[in-house]
Order: sequence, then structure tokens, then C-alpha cells
Amino acid sequence: MTSSAHALGTVLAVESGGGDGFQAPGLGEFYPETVAEFSLLGVDFAITRITIILWIATALMLAFVIAAVRKPQIVPGKLQFIGESGYSLVRDGIARDVVGPRGIPFAPFLAALFFFILANNFMAIVPFAQISPMSKFAFPLVLAGICWVLYIYIGIREQGAGKYFKDILFLPGVPKPMYILVTPIEILQNFVVRPFTLAVRLFANMFAGHMLLVVFSLGAVYLFGRDNFSIVFGPISALMAIVMTFFELLVIFLQAYVFTVLMGTYLNGSIEAEH
Amino acid sequence: MSILAAESENPLLPPLGEIIIGLIAFAIVLLVFFKFVAPRFEQVFRARREAIEGGIERAEAMQAEAKAALEQYRAQLAEARTEAAQIRDQARAEGQQILEELRTQAQEESARIVARGEEQLAASRQQVLNELRTHIGTLAVDLAGRVVGESLTDDARRRGTVDRFLDQLDGMATGSTPDGRGGASVYAADGNR
Repeated sequence: MTSSAHALGTVLAVESGGGDGFQAPGLGEFYPETVAEFSLLGVDFAITRITIILWIATALMLAFVIAAVRKPQIVPGKLQFIGESGYSLVRDGIARDVVGPRGIPFAPFLAALFFFILANNFMAIVPFAQISPMSKFAFPLVLAGICWVLYIYIGIREQGAGKYFKDILFLPGVPKPMYILVTPIEILQNFVVRPFTLAVRLFANMFAGHMLLVVFSLGAVYLFGRDNFSIVFGPISALMAIVMTFFELLVIFLQAYVFTVLMGTYLNGSIEAEH
Repeated sequence: MSILAAESENPLLPPLGEIIIGLIAFAIVLLVFFKFVAPRFEQVFRARREAIEGGIERAEAMQAEAKAALEQYRAQLAEARTEAAQIRDQARAEGQQILEELRTQAQEESARIVARGEEQLAASRQQVLNELRTHIGTLAVDLAGRVVGESLTDDARRRGTVDRFLDQLDGMATGSTPDGRGGASVYAADGNR
């Protein structure tokens, strides 16, 4: 992926002709210069622009949510109503309806997940930030890792270790010879594919979204400075950047929701025995 | 320089530092949601549900209370009615009894009075009779004396008069034996005296 993206950039640059051709944005977008660097207990911490965006997004989200619940009223004010709508979406729509009747205790976790991802995703279209920390694989990976540990732990706690693993290894209701085929798939799916797809789905969406926006924006800027047909393609590129921003808005919300809903279904599978 | 740095990195292999930063950030979010946001929202949801359900419950309770009060009132009314009927019946029975008692008492009284009256009457009659008898005796003697004194040798007509007189007296006295024998016996008794 690294090489292909770079190769594309090189090709574009070459085809533009000369050294002053269009420098397509590459992976460098996701590795901004470090603002501060320190080492703690042998672990290197590189504080970059994206790290700061993560902190700002998280802090603003928490500030908003805390402000929404600071003085809870039975008849909500505007701020409380917005916060409550978001929380209810997760609590009722996911914790109660997806996880199941015993899912309400998971509402705070799912809501934290949803709001955290949403706030960070949202930075993708906030002017001057315009990059989502979720397009750095570390952050979706952290979330998926926590989810992975949690749904396995809940499965063991609710069903007992023996039954939980037995049901995964030997899916009930499957003819015995089929276990040769089903068991490896189930193991792979439950312990590898689920967390990996959870992380990669979010990361890839935000990564690709950012790339699209950058390509169209930089392309428009580049084309406006050119002659020939650029006068036609420049505005199209700029328009596409705007359209893609709105598309990105959809993706931002959708990916946060999808991540939470999928975690809800995994939790549901852990709480309720396989049918 | 940044591009060169990117070349050495695989986007799917993040540095440990970044993972730790992500963990810390999400841990803070989790903490805030578990300790602050979720309890507050749950509290609001509960309060709201209670406000709605509480209103309905209160109305239902009130209705039930009103119904119970009505039932109680009706029961009391019915009770009062039966009680009143009972009292009325009892009063009627008592009145009847009193009337009966009074009647028997009156009857007894009247019977007693009658009996006493009769007794008195009988006594006075006896007394009168006795008095009369003595009087008659004296009268008869008187009369006899006088008759004898005037004309002892008078005819039988005068004797008849005396006899008739005595018979009459006797008849008055007994009222049942107007024959000469009784008179004669009375006379005889008086005469003996």
C-alpha cells in the first residue's frame, strides 16, 4: 500500500511533466513533523499535530458532554437535548436493542466509544485540523483491542469459559464432519477477523476520506495555477472537494455508529448463548 | 524529511507511544462516561419516567381512592339502612309487646277491680242482709206486738197481711225463694232469739 500510493504520486508527478509537476499527497500526510518528543520508560512518545488534534477533539467532546449533563433537567435545554439524543441513540438503539435486555450496563462503554470516535472523526472536516486521528491506525487499534478483550471477557463471565469457547470451536447445530471446515473459520473470525476488521474499517475509511479530500483540494489549488483546460478542471476539483466534505460528514457519523453497533452485536453474542 | 520518515513506516504498524496515547485518551473518556455522564443521564431518564408514570400512578391511585371511598360510603349507607330497618322492626315489636303488656295489665286491673267490686258488693249485701234481718226481726216483733196489742183476736185476714208482709221481706232478702217456708224459718229464727 505504501509503495503503490507513493508510486501513484510519482506517476502523477512524472506525467505532469518536469520537476514542478503536481506533487500528489502521500503517506507523509499522516506523519506530520513531531512537535515534541520524549522517552518514558523506554517508550518513545512523538507528539505530533495529530496527537494534539486527538487531545483537542477528546477534550471538546468531554466538555460538551459534561456541559450537557451538568444540570440535568427533566425538561431538557438545548444542550442537554443534543447530548441526550446522542446518548439515547447508543443507550436505546444499541445497548438495549442490539446487545439485548441485559445490555443497559454496557451503555456507558458504548456511548464513550461512539462519542470518542465521532469527535475524533469529526476533526476530519474541521477547518485547520482537517485530519482525523482515526486515520492513524494506532487509535482504531486501541479501541478494537479494548473491544476484543471486553467481548471475550464478557463471554467468559456470562457463559463460563468452557461453554463460551466450546460454542465457538464447535458451533452447535453443525454436522460433525463440517467442524473441519467451520472450526478454523470460527476461531479466525472470533479472535482475529472481528477486532482486525473493526479497527481497519474505521481506519481505512478515515484514511481514504482524508486522502480524497487532500487530493481534490490540492488538485484544485494546483490546477488554478495552470493554464490550458485547468480553468475547467480546477473548479470541478474544488467542487468535488466540497462534495467530498459532505460525503465525509456522512462517513464520519456512519463509521462511529457502525463501530459501536458491531461492538454491540459482539457483546450480544457474548451475553446470549449461540442459537 | 517527513516523506522520508513516512517511507520507513508501515501505516498498519503504529508506534507503541501512539497506542499508549490513544489508550490514555480513551481511558479518560471511559472514566468520564462511567463516573459522570451515564449516571446523570440515567438519573434524568429515571426522573422523567417517574414524572410520567408517577403522574399516571397518582391519578390511578386517586381514582382508586375515590372508588374505595364511594364503596365505603355505599356500604355505610346500606348498613345504616338495614340498621334503621332493624331498629324500626324492633321498635314495632317492642311497641306491640308494650301494647300487649298494657292490655293484659289493663285486663288484669279491670278484672281485679271488678272482682273487688263484686266482693265489696257481696260484703255490703251480706251486711245489708244481716242488718235487714235484725231490723226485720225487731220490726216483726214490733209489728207483732202492735198487732197483738190492738187486736189479738182479729180475723184471719190480718194474719194474712202479716204473712204476706213477711213473705215479701223474705223474697227481697233472698230473691230466690219467695215461698212462705223461708220466711217462716227466718221468722222462726228471729222468734227464737
